[in-house]
Amino acid sequence: MAVQIENTQYMEKLNAKIPDGPLALKWTNYKNSVKLVNPANKRKIDIIVVGTGVAGAAASSSLGELGYNVKTFSYHDSPRRAHAVASQGGVNAAKNYQNDGDSVYRLFIDMIKGGDYRSREANVYRAAEVSNQVIDHFAALGVPFARDYGGTLNTRSFGGVQVSRTFYAKGQTGQQCLLASYASLNRQIKKGTVTMYPRREMLDLVVIDGRARGIITRNLITGETERHSAHAVVLATGGYGTIFYLSTLAVNSNATAAWKAYKKGAFFANPSFVQIHPTSIPQMNEFQAKLTLMSESLRNDGRIWVPKTKADKRPPNEIPEEERDYYLERRYPAFGNLVPRDIASRAAKERCDAGYGVGPTGLAVYLDFRDSLNKQGKKAIEGKYGNLFEMYRTITGTDPYSEPMRIYPAGHYTMGGLWVDYELMTTIPGLYAIGEANFSDHGANRLGASSLMQIAADGYFILPVTIGNYLADQIRVPGIKAEGPEFEEAEKSVADRLDKLISISGKQTAASFHRRLGKIMWDFCGMTRNEKGLLKALELIKDLRDEFWKDLRVPGSLNDLNQELEKAARIADFLELADLLVTDALNRKESCGAHFREEYQTPDGEALRNDADYTYVAAWEYAGEGKPHILNREPLRFEEAEMKVRSYK
Amino acid sequence: MDKVLFSSVSKKFVMALAGLFLILFLPVHLAINFMLLKSDPGPFNKAAHFMATFPLIRIIEILLVSALLIHISYGIYIQIKNWMARPVGYAIGIKTKTSFFSKFMIWTGASVFTFLVIHFSNFYFIRLGFVKGNPDDFYSVAHELFRIPAYNYIYLLCFILLGLHLYHAISSAFQTLGLNHRFWTPVVKVFAWIYAIAIPAGFAVISITIWQFR
Amino acid sequence: MKLTLKIWRQKNAKSKGKFVIYKMENVSPEMSFLEMLDALNKKLVETGDEPVAFEHDCREGICGSCGMYINGHPHGPVPAVTTCLLSMRYFSDGDTITIEPWRALPFPVIKDLIVDRSAMDKIQIAGGFISVNTGAAPEANSILVQKKNAEDAFDSAICIGCGACVAACKNASAMLFVSAKISQYALLPQGRVEAKDRVRAMVEKMDELGFGNCSNTGACEAECPKQIKLTNIARLKREYYKAY
Ligand SMILES: Cc1cc2nc3c(=O)[nH]c(=O)nc-3n(C[C@H](O)[C@H](O)[C@H](O)COP(=O)(O)OP(=O)(O)OC[C@H]3O[C@@H](n4cnc5c(N)ncnc54)[C@H](O)[C@@H]3O)c2cc1C
Ligand code: HEM
Ligand code: SF4
Ligand code: FES
Repeated sequence: MAVQIENTQYMEKLNAKIPDGPLALKWTNYKNSVKLVNPANKRKIDIIVVGTGVAGAAASSSLGELGYNVKTFSYHDSPRRAHAVASQGGVNAAKNYQNDGDSVYRLFIDMIKGGDYRSREANVYRAAEVSNQVIDHFAALGVPFARDYGGTLNTRSFGGVQVSRTFYAKGQTGQQCLLASYASLNRQIKKGTVTMYPRREMLDLVVIDGRARGIITRNLITGETERHSAHAVVLATGGYGTIFYLSTLAVNSNATAAWKAYKKGAFFANPSFVQIHPTSIPQMNEFQAKLTLMSESLRNDGRIWVPKTKADKRPPNEIPEEERDYYLERRYPAFGNLVPRDIASRAAKERCDAGYGVGPTGLAVYLDFRDSLNKQGKKAIEGKYGNLFEMYRTITGTDPYSEPMRIYPAGHYTMGGLWVDYELMTTIPGLYAIGEANFSDHGANRLGASSLMQIAADGYFILPVTIGNYLADQIRVPGIKAEGPEFEEAEKSVADRLDKLISISGKQTAASFHRRLGKIMWDFCGMTRNEKGLLKALELIKDLRDEFWKDLRVPGSLNDLNQELEKAARIADFLELADLLVTDALNRKESCGAHFREEYQTPDGEALRNDADYTYVAAWEYAGEGKPHILNREPLRFEEAEMKVRSYK
Repeated sequence: MDKVLFSSVSKKFVMALAGLFLILFLPVHLAINFMLLKSDPGPFNKAAHFMATFPLIRIIEILLVSALLIHISYGIYIQIKNWMARPVGYAIGIKTKTSFFSKFMIWTGASVFTFLVIHFSNFYFIRLGFVKGNPDDFYSVAHELFRIPAYNYIYLLCFILLGLHLYHAISSAFQTLGLNHRFWTPVVKVFAWIYAIAIPAGFAVISITIWQFR
Repeated sequence: MKLTLKIWRQKNAKSKGKFVIYKMENVSPEMSFLEMLDALNKKLVETGDEPVAFEHDCREGICGSCGMYINGHPHGPVPAVTTCLLSMRYFSDGDTITIEPWRALPFPVIKDLIVDRSAMDKIQIAGGFISVNTGAAPEANSILVQKKNAEDAFDSAICIGCGACVAACKNASAMLFVSAKISQYALLPQGRVEAKDRVRAMVEKMDELGFGNCSNTGACEAECPKQIKLTNIARLKREYYKAY
């Protein structure tokens, strides 16, 4: 599938439906003119929501409050376990409580710039605009945000920006935001407006007459395949960063739902835009299943360095000051240790590749708190980062108060995802994608603490409004029944695929394929990419996929709880998505944000954007089994934000 | 409303109140018992008579008995429900280090109960006429009983077990009533220790003195 | 290091389970407990056996999925960590490790070490929320919260719903779990409005589901990976009395 073809015929499919009017008034204008569904009709309309992260739980509860019949699905045993629970640092909003000059406009500009001018202005502006409502809502729902002595909300600053706009609940902001959303979901479950289906994995989308009308799920306890129908389907299934095998994501996160939607006709946008987070605890053993993030906030007080001599094996505290290379401070004097994530990650990789890495594998750099500890005292540092230091000690067994932390970049967040228009609808009518699952508002690189903001905005405030525009025309469609050839066909294909997976009876475990795929992706399509490597990756992926379908072993049975089968099905999809991801990286012959093509860099090693040719969203279309993916372009226009070279020097 | 009365929280609330009521009564009982150490049976018998006839005390007595009955019946009921909450146990018992005696409340409580049955048959039931004896001279009844070594052993053992019951019971009751405080909770724990030792010790001093020295 | 694992295997809810003994070699002290089980499962799958089923997801102590009863302790012998963060450093060569599922009437075993914890969701559904519709919230800073109360509410709110408190309690009581949610909301002005209905509903549901009562033994607090305090239970009781 190395080749790609371009699509000019279907451009109308890519209508982003951006409302008219000045940027600041688009959302208001849209709300003023959007079609409404009257309350009596809402009760007759069914909506499926897949996923219970902040995005899915927020959407389910808000749609339930409006009076729709909502059916919500998750492969977790409880909605409260969705991956959003693991977000640490905070959630952004343009409240300007600090009087430091923040505004909706500034948040918008920061996101556009942080995303390296590869996101859609209207969507980003709306996210920034809604951010204030998100904070109001979370506070009302009882999120125990940090407060000042007078009882007002506190904020802190986060990487890549110059204002303090990040609201937080220690290092567990995501947990608190998710649990608040879980609580509002529970309230609707109690009222009966939402029916929760836990331990169900969506394995296919059902499209009838071109519209999304249902899903096929596997009951993870009994193994049964089930059909569920609705007037509209919302995917809030999170990101696919686990394609790298080792990542900061929860290990069960996967791309299956989005991938099935892609194969049923939804376009997949910018799949190669994957954020690599600079500060995670490095891999320690070969069985390691995930990497643990050390929050970005640590870079406020920690200094990053490597020894000046190659392969220096001395313990860090024995390396004198003059033999340390604080390479971020050296290369980026203006932002120093606080450069955005993509830049910090690449700089760490550059040092390690050059042979200056530390630790047993040489794949780590130091994050040193010595100076801050001396200046501010242990108590102050403990107050800010106590739980992170504790977590580091628990995992590594070394004490970050007396020895610098060892950190290394790790796959973290996927800016790419299902293509959606202004209404968050995919290219399949009636199929919506929200949260990290869509290609979202982060362009080629996401700024810290803006995901929680966006996923909550999508779920609470945007989708419940925009979905009405579609459903208003659906009120005369009687309750959709889970029958007919489309349901049968989808259910059969799910059953066949599972059957195929279990009957290969080879020798290797699903996880071992995942590990190998992850390595290919990391080596050739990770922090830096080049054409040769990407082409090689395509071959390696194809070989691995062939091997997978020949030598996989899934023990156990189909109609039972079978975790190996669950894994195998997800990895089968990853093996297909990997191909698209690499294809997208090959196509984009420029460096922007997290996408760094070695061929396109400035003489001093910074990303070199090509605005003339690549100011577009690459929206890929499925052409059929074994056929090349089709590229559709949504040109991006910057009317408010001036396109500049990102510089943090 | 019935759900409220029989909710897990309410049941423990009632138990704690009943238990604390019994705890208040024990020092009174002990004070009267100290009169057994006088060589003159008069004051003790007078006190016992007063306790048996004064109307207000009669009301308190009824309250005491009902408190006891409520405490016991709730205690047993709760314990059975608690056992039912884990139908399949662990192969390796729970090794968590916790308040040790709290795990044996039903057994320390049951021994106290056994003792009370004996105790009542000795005194209370005499008064009610169920058991033979002179209801006007409990002093002599007590002295005679304490001269039987076996009775003494049982008496002492039961009081030690009562002490163990009370040690957890006191701090537990405060927690059950919702009274948990940074400063006062540790104070209550110390008080519980003192009380749990002093009350059984007091009763023991009396019985041993009579047994060995009278 | 070499280890002997004694693991509870049970095919499904209906079948009877038993302990099966596995020998492990080359366990690195750098591994986490779950990675050690991953290694065992790899071996089992490759030799044609069914792997040991256990729940896990975030592997950093926040989602509450993982949880097994290890050598007499929920989440193993190290205090204040979840099973996923339990390091093999704490075990020594030659150890025998006995691994059992959570045991409680409301937590029936689904398979091997996986139990059904939906009872905990049911309690939350009964009242673990603040009733505000999307769009109805006032300006965030119009609700002032004392710093101390916000911090205490946070300390209660970090419960991950793992169920270790139930597993550790001799009575399989869920009181600590329930009291954590009650406390979080009781400490915040936003939550006070419906405090009475909440505590009544949650306690009633907890009783109905067959959890045991609280004996104030404190095993829950000792085993809770998030160090949720017993003071929460006292607060639950106060809230309950206030509700009538
Ligand atoms: C370690 C870490 C720290 C982070 N910190 C921050 C931070 O400080 N601030 C910030 O803004 N962002 C942060 N992020 C990013 C943020 O956590 C994610 O973007 C966010 O969790 C995405 O939420 P979501 O609601 O879109 O989906 P998720 O939370 O990923 O939820 C996905 C849901 O979909 C369900 N699901 C998926 N597929 C299927 C299927 N096939 N069938 C049924 N159900 C399915 C799952 O069960 C789950 O309920 C962090 C991310 C990581 C990894
Ligand atoms: C003089 C006699 C007794 C006194 C003063 C007493 C006092 C108490 C007190 C104060 C408590 C604490 C209640 C709480 O935590 O809420 C308690 C608990 C208990 N008592 Fe007693 N008790 C006495 C006799 C008994 C008897 C006779 C029994 C039972 C047969 C008994 C069984 C229990 C049990 C089982 C508990 C623990 C209940 C639980 O924590 O779940 N007690 N007792
Ligand atoms: S209170 Fe502690 S042990 Fe109980 S569920 Fe919450 S985190 Fe787990
Ligand atoms: S796997 Fe999430 S808490 Fe252990």
